[in-house]
Amino acid sequence: MNATPTSASSRIMAVTSGKGGVGKTFISANLAAALARAGRRVLVLDADLGLANLDVVLNLFPKITLHDVFTGKSSLQDAILPAPGGFSVLLAGSGMVEYSRMTPEVREHLQRVIAEVEPKFDHVLLDTGAGISDVVLYTVSLAGEVLVVATPEPTSLTDAYATIKVLATTQGRRKVQLVVNQTRKMGEGRAVRQQLQQVVDRYVNPNLDSPVRLELLGDVPADSAVRESVQRRQLLLQATPGAPAALALVAIAGRITG
Amino acid sequence: MIEALVELSSRDALTGLANRRAFELALAREVDRVARSGESALLLTLDIDHFKRVNDTWGHVAGDQVIRAVASALIDSVRPMDLVARVGGEEFAIILPNCGAAFGETVAERVRRRVERMPVAVTAAPGSAPLAQLHPLPAVATAVAATSAAAVPLAAPQMTVTVTVSIGGAFAPQWVRSTPSLWQERADKQLYLAKTQGRNLVRLEPTAVSVVSNEEKRLLFETFQIQDHE
Repeated sequence: MNATPTSASSRIMAVTSGKGGVGKTFISANLAAALARAGRRVLVLDADLGLANLDVVLNLFPKITLHDVFTGKSSLQDAILPAPGGFSVLLAGSGMVEYSRMTPEVREHLQRVIAEVEPKFDHVLLDTGAGISDVVLYTVSLAGEVLVVATPEPTSLTDAYATIKVLATTQGRRKVQLVVNQTRKMGEGRAVRQQLQQVVDRYVNPNLDSPVRLELLGDVPADSAVRESVQRRQLLLQATPGAPAALALVAIAGRITG
Repeated sequence: MIEALVELSSRDALTGLANRRAFELALAREVDRVARSGESALLLTLDIDHFKRVNDTWGHVAGDQVIRAVASALIDSVRPMDLVARVGGEEFAIILPNCGAAFGETVAERVRRRVERMPVAVTAAPGSAPLAQLHPLPAVATAVAATSAAAVPLAAPQMTVTVTVSIGGAFAPQWVRSTPSLWQERADKQLYLAKTQGRNLVRLEPTAVSVVSNEEKRLLFETFQIQDHE
């Protein structure tokens, strides 16, 4: 079985988590900034169509959003906005509530938009919504790589595991990358990965033709600087580039670019 | 003429059902359709239980009669829009487009019961095993002799048998571009479970795979706490 069920490019990475509030959008935005700093052309697409908040995280007030692209009011080119941190964004903005359920139209729009932006960037990050809804699953299916963000909290672990299980069984996903956010001690990310892998080996892999492998991209330590940057609606990499969490994100970007 | 050739190349000669080639084409089309429309669709894979014993006991003429009878039972228990195919010797598959998760179990059970309750008239090959030896065979719930093999040793005895099928099923993931082979593997996996859990059973892949069981949670947290105290 191939690693991905689709012909989706490995330049497209879906960032998902199952549970909300684990720092998915924070990771997407700051990872994009770290990749941009490494000289890559990066686009973050706010795929949380129903409850978008990438604009809030980046303190942007977009006049043109994905909604305008979907309805034909604006060209895709005009909707791609520069974000602080040197990367580009496609924002969902508010008023996208009607897209929170998957319909054939949303599906076609998303597929078209992603196919069009893909050749223009080195990395396209799809910041999905929380949960394991059909919109989230569909968005992930458009990506060649999937990054699951989890914290060491039991609820986050459970939702991360459920997400991995669904992706493996319904999409044939065999490689899942993991970022463990808000770790409190050394090696905690590794322990979380091992823990998830163990349950996957026991309950998911026996039902599959080839096993799911979880790869730890890195830990992001709990860091008061994160809270401060989020409150100020700034990128951590810009507000406090020397903070431990910022350095961790730069290291993760380094692992992605190889 | 071309139509007739296409028809020939897509039909199974014994049963008139779609053959494996036609099935694979239809499955690929359905994967595409499901991905585009978001409708749900069910794939069932079926296998006649202990079919080898039917063949070994009464010969392949009887085996063919059983296969034809099962084929017509399958056709009769699904909608005209569903595609019933013979994909191997005693293996069948049914593609059910636009079949909601809530109806999967019902339709698969209907298929299973229909086969189970259907008497099949077979012609046993001359010299095949006497009836007395047939009874213990699980493939034959009832074997009613129309003509005793002992009384007319050379004539082909007519008898009525029943067979059962094991059924596995999986729904296509909505909206997601999966692959036909992945979908089939998932259904086959369930068929394997139905076989190993006793046959004459329906096993559908649970649709809510996102549910995390208590056992899974226990393993997820228990060891984690142990590592915590290291």
